[in-house]
Amino acid sequence: MSEAMLKAEAARRFAALGDPHRLGLVEVLASGDERSIRELGADATISRQALTKHLRILEQVGLVRATRAGREVRFRIERGAIAEAEQFLTLVTRQWDDALTRLKAQVEG
Amino acid sequence: MTDRIECETLINVPIERVWEAVGDHRRFGEWFKVALDQPFVAGQQSTGHITHEGHEHVRWTADVVAVDPPHRLAFRWHPYALDQDRDYTDEPTTLVEIRLEPAGDTTRLSVVESGFDALPTARRDEAFRMNASGWDQQMVNVRSYVEG
Repeated sequence: MSEAMLKAEAARRFAALGDPHRLGLVEVLASGDERSIRELGADATISRQALTKHLRILEQVGLVRATRAGREVRFRIERGAIAEAEQFLTLVTRQWDDALTRLKAQVEG
Repeated sequence: MTDRIECETLINVPIERVWEAVGDHRRFGEWFKVALDQPFVAGQQSTGHITHEGHEHVRWTADVVAVDPPHRLAFRWHPYALDQDRDYTDEPTTLVEIRLEPAGDTTRLSVVESGFDALPTARRDEAFRMNASGWDQQMVNVRSYVEG
């Protein structure tokens, strides 16, 4: 994915989070647990319909993932594909840093 | 930004001497930990096997993109292609660009590797798994040997 695309994706995610209800939902789901709409709606002050709409928006931007379990839909936070890619790059960078350390020692030594 | 990495080091010798350790395939292999079969030639393949402890005899292949003494060596390869039983030929490659720049009597050497976004996610899992199997410890050993 190009840098421009990554930025656009990040912007969409931040825009999705710019709503107190959606922010609250992400906070609840951030624990990693799965929750049904019913469970998420238990404390909410908004209608079931509005809650569903908010969850769909979060799903569309890739912040939460929905899975169907029978007649129920359960939501959970979407752990970053970006975080994983960054971890991989850290590994790669470390390999190169160590190779360059050896090169430096070989040439200067 | 997940598509590329950049590293840099400042080496305390003139650029021509650093180039000798980069452009010459035998000397390159000493620090890169690979035994290469032939010199680097732009447009040709570079082949050999890894000499890094724990991964000896794993085949190494790269497509040499540029050899521009004393400033640039570039090649395409399969990063973390450490599974001996696997054929990586059809997988996307990353581009490695090693650039040398004079800085007075010293040399700035940078490495840019790009193209990671095209790699299958399974390769990352493999990298993490391979890394956990001892490569990491080798890195620690090399560093303490060099600094010690």
